[in-house]
Amino acid sequence: MREIDLLFFARLREVLGVGHERLSLPETVRTVADLMGLLCQREGKWAEELGGKRLFRVAINQEMASLDAEIPAGAEVAIFPPVTGG
Amino acid sequence: MTNSVSVQSESFDLAAEYRQFGADDAGIGAVVAFVGRVRDLNLDRNVVALSLEHYPGMTEKALQRIADEAAIRWPLNAVRVVHRVGDLKPTDDIVLVLTASPHRKDAYEANQFIMDYLKTRAPFWKKEHGVDGEARWVDARDSDYSALERWEHALKTNWGIVDHD
Repeated sequence: MREIDLLFFARLREVLGVGHERLSLPETVRTVADLMGLLCQREGKWAEELGGKRLFRVAINQEMASLDAEIPAGAEVAIFPPVTGG
Repeated sequence: MTNSVSVQSESFDLAAEYRQFGADDAGIGAVVAFVGRVRDLNLDRNVVALSLEHYPGMTEKALQRIADEAAIRWPLNAVRVVHRVGDLKPTDDIVLVLTASPHRKDAYEANQFIMDYLKTRAPFWKKEHGVDGEARWVDARDSDYSALERWEHALKTNWGIVDHD
């Protein structure tokens, strides 16, 4: 099992009701896409937001990451809506 | 070459920032300053307040990377980016971008590039508070992404630079 820190920001943090959680990844969860699959198993809002119907972005260790990116052990993984600064 | 970025809740002072910006560099012939402000109107609704959330740590890295990328692509003497977070109201300043180069064309272009990249790459999120008391997260705009694509196309076509992420 690999432990990661999972962070949520902005609208996703509010809708999912969590800003930070510590998560143990099963061996089968290697990539960002795998992680989304795992989180979608929580159903409800999780599946609605992360199941592919709505846009979101992912960062691994504070760098933008794509769905096929591998998640290293101990990573900080952040999930958030498309950004709206400036 | 000095690139510096700040993320802060307090306001910034354009004149003070300008005075410090490349002050001793006699090679600078042009400084472009862009200031983004909070408007009272977004789409069809009256905005009375705005809160800006960000991702501490990643925000500073993302801004630094954008400033550094601009400095690779244009001959710049200095770049300064200041972005505010927290609670703001209409007429408040949100963002400052200063770019300096020997000639104005590069300073103008790099400044615009930095803002276009910032709007799609830096982890900030705006929440608007309307006159009706409702709060709503602002949606990302497609036009911001087309601005980014224009740069990527132009950079690839003109200089053969391929973006690394």
